[in-house]
Amino acid sequence: MATVPLPETAAVHWRPRADAQRLRRRGQLWTATTVAHVVPFVAVGVILFVVQPLAAAVSLAAFAHAWIIPELYAARGANVLRPKARTDAGAERTALGLLGDLVGHEAREGHARTGLVVERGSLGVWVVGEAGAVLVSARGRRAHCFCVRVADPTLPSGDRIAHLLLALRADEEGFATVANLAFSGARWRVRRRIPATMRPALDAAKAFDRV
Amino acid sequence: MSRLVRMDRTGHTTLAEWTAEDPDAVEAAVQAFRAELDRGYFAMVSTGEGHAEQVKELPLDAELVILRLPISGG
Repeated sequence: MATVPLPETAAVHWRPRADAQRLRRRGQLWTATTVAHVVPFVAVGVILFVVQPLAAAVSLAAFAHAWIIPELYAARGANVLRPKARTDAGAERTALGLLGDLVGHEAREGHARTGLVVERGSLGVWVVGEAGAVLVSARGRRAHCFCVRVADPTLPSGDRIAHLLLALRADEEGFATVANLAFSGARWRVRRRIPATMRPALDAAKAFDRV
Repeated sequence: MSRLVRMDRTGHTTLAEWTAEDPDAVEAAVQAFRAELDRGYFAMVSTGEGHAEQVKELPLDAELVILRLPISGG
């Protein structure tokens, strides 16, 4: 059965529809961009130190830039999974009940522990949070971090996840088209920037993607 | 008993419940469904594990129809 395109894709009609090949290319572009940021700073640091060892402080500053820039990108990616402010407890409980109806027992338990829902898709394994989702692919090595939001900021967290989950299930490629790619790179770089309680979700996604 | 629920700030609100044998309940559900679509909601039904489908007419045989808001890149 053909997938009906997500209606939200009409709002981003200029974007080519995401698919596995396009995502792979975008990932390669991200890697190339990161290398282009890092290599010049490392080269400057090494050359300066060789030419003038007394300029070691400047070399260190160049190395720091080479380290910080990729870290900032990874932090931006990790932000899509960070929890948002909670609404009232009753609404949160009600929303969790509905979310629990949408996912299986294992995903429900995983959500209770991590606040994230792990969902297998055709492009890889998705880790769905309140403000976006991370697609784990390339046998668990790469993470594409997508920033997506729901129009109503007053929704409880469970409903925000349910919104993204339903859209993802209806049209996975459309979901990846509508969402903004915040980061693409090594999964471990995202993993170490998210709260420790959330890391098992990324680990589970890696394990699923390798099956 | 089928249900039409809208995700909102309360968690979710049940807008209608119906059975195919109750035409009044069906009519009320269809009216509620159309009103929410006019407000900009999208209606979704689960179509198996890991799959969902957007519907533009109320599927009377669906157990649960969920109304969601549009998403956009953050």
